[in-house]
Amino acid sequence: MELVNIILQGVLVGGLYALFAAGLSLIFGVMRLVNIAHGDLIVLAAYIAMEVIKLTSLPPLAALVFVVPLMAAFGYALQRGILNRTLGGDLLPPLLVSFGLSVILQNGLLAIFTADSRKLDAGVLETASVSAGGLSIGLLPALMFATAVAVIAALQFMFYKTALGRAFRATSDDAEIAELMGLDRRRVYAWAMALCLGVVAIAGVFLAIRSNFDPFMGPGRLIFGFEAVIIGGLGNLWGTLAGGVILGVAQGLGAAIDPGWQILAGHVAFLLILAVKPRGLFPRMDG
Amino acid sequence: MTQFTLSRSSVASRVAGGVALILLAGLVAAPWWASSSFLHLAGEFAVYLALATLWNLLAGYTGLVSVGQQAYVGLGGYITFSLALFLGVHPVLAIPLAGLVAALVAVPVAALVFRLAGAYFAIGSWVMAEVFRLIAAQATALGGGSGISLPASVTKALGGKWLREASIFWLALALGAGCLALVYGLLRSRIGLALTAIRDSEVASTSLGIRIGRVKHALYILVAALTAMIGALISLQKLRVSPDAAFSVNDWTAFVIFIVVIGGIGTIEGPILGTIVYFLLREFLADFGTLYLLFLGTLAIVVMLAAPKGLWGYAAERFGWSLFPVGYRITFKD
Repeated sequence: MELVNIILQGVLVGGLYALFAAGLSLIFGVMRLVNIAHGDLIVLAAYIAMEVIKLTSLPPLAALVFVVPLMAAFGYALQRGILNRTLGGDLLPPLLVSFGLSVILQNGLLAIFTADSRKLDAGVLETASVSAGGLSIGLLPALMFATAVAVIAALQFMFYKTALGRAFRATSDDAEIAELMGLDRRRVYAWAMALCLGVVAIAGVFLAIRSNFDPFMGPGRLIFGFEAVIIGGLGNLWGTLAGGVILGVAQGLGAAIDPGWQILAGHVAFLLILAVKPRGLFPRMDG
Repeated sequence: MTQFTLSRSSVASRVAGGVALILLAGLVAAPWWASSSFLHLAGEFAVYLALATLWNLLAGYTGLVSVGQQAYVGLGGYITFSLALFLGVHPVLAIPLAGLVAALVAVPVAALVFRLAGAYFAIGSWVMAEVFRLIAAQATALGGGSGISLPASVTKALGGKWLREASIFWLALALGAGCLALVYGLLRSRIGLALTAIRDSEVASTSLGIRIGRVKHALYILVAALTAMIGALISLQKLRVSPDAAFSVNDWTAFVIFIVVIGGIGTIEGPILGTIVYFLLREFLADFGTLYLLFLGTLAIVVMLAAPKGLWGYAAERFGWSLFPVGYRITFKD
């Protein structure tokens, strides 16, 4: 029964990893950009939430009303101002610029907020749980997983059923032809980044409620998100959720053997899948 | 018929070669004329120059943008300490052995990370480095998460204070100059021609019969071995290894990438210029702590956007400079 419990908790944590990964998957799909600062943006969202809560005394999840639009606007400006200039055939510029951005975000947050670790207090939500037949499900992990499912369903709907999604798919397939059809590629990319950072905002707030955070947590979150994307297969959002779940379960099992193996077990699961199925479990597109 | 001459050197390059040799001779004698703080700084300079030159060889020529070279820096340090502590190997002998072991480790690692294309290769290599770091943190015999210092009995093998500082400096100098010479020689050879072709166009070089996959594989393993040797040296400079410091992404990869980007990627001179700029900035701005890193990150972004070929690339394009020519120049005489 304990094993079932470990797996169940792992599945639920996988929801959070899928939230880390969904934005990464979205922007790679639309513009083949791998944003090294993705994890640092999650941490930035956590700090913005902290400040919003200080100003408004809203509960953390309600603060999303402000954090999501703020992050989305930042994403739009970031893409138009900086990242769009790096997109061309060459791999190096976007990678290095986002790497520079990552260092700037980490040290900027350090300069403003110090290295002290923080946490958002969500009150009873953090401790409430439902128990049945020896299994116990925390309300927060369950809510996190449900949010991940909802976000991915919403992104999926947006991608395949709306005009914006059609613009994303067209630009992804062939940006030049899409421009001939009257789409402005720069604006399409900026909307994709805005959407990505909207999801990042949700991920950041859940991260901050679930555990302590500090300015240097970003790279670790980037790596979890990246692993979930690759395990699930490029271009498949539901696959990304499955990837997050596999990662969460692997980490849970690792931690059960020895707390020092938690993260390592996740990496090992990722490498095993890479060795056996290099394109991930459910690939829809090529890297 | 038009007459032409073919050359691969110029007055500038011959002067640069001469200056480099004089500089090298002066530095070899440094333990007799310089202070120990100078030796320390120069040793660190050589380390960064070597790391930048190697990263540039990988990313600048074959497009293998690795964010995980700290894996090999840390591996080199840990192998050196293991050999010295458990097998009683002389620390200096441990350096080439670390390179050898790292080359063997790099074979299966390459088999895995080469499955990821482009930018995903970058993060995949980072995951690998994290795996190495987490395994090192589990090695209780080597101090686990908090690391271990080299006991005095082992450091004594390197001689007294003067001899120890001098020999570590000479090793750094040898590795720094050696990596530079090796990469220069490599790029002037047949393989260099292939590498330059790959840098300029992968499709075109495939059509000319270059086996890109094989060249990339071999280069990755060579760079891994050399990086581990530098890591071995770093562990002797610091006389201590710990998972967080030995496998630090900031110290051994982020700064190295900034050095190459600011100096000029895909050239020999770029990493040299970049290392000089990096050390100047560090000397003047290190007191500002986090602001210094903010500045470094911003500078890298500005250079990437305004002059993607870096400071050297910009100057070379504008003025036709070339201090370490790897190509040929045709001059026509009518």
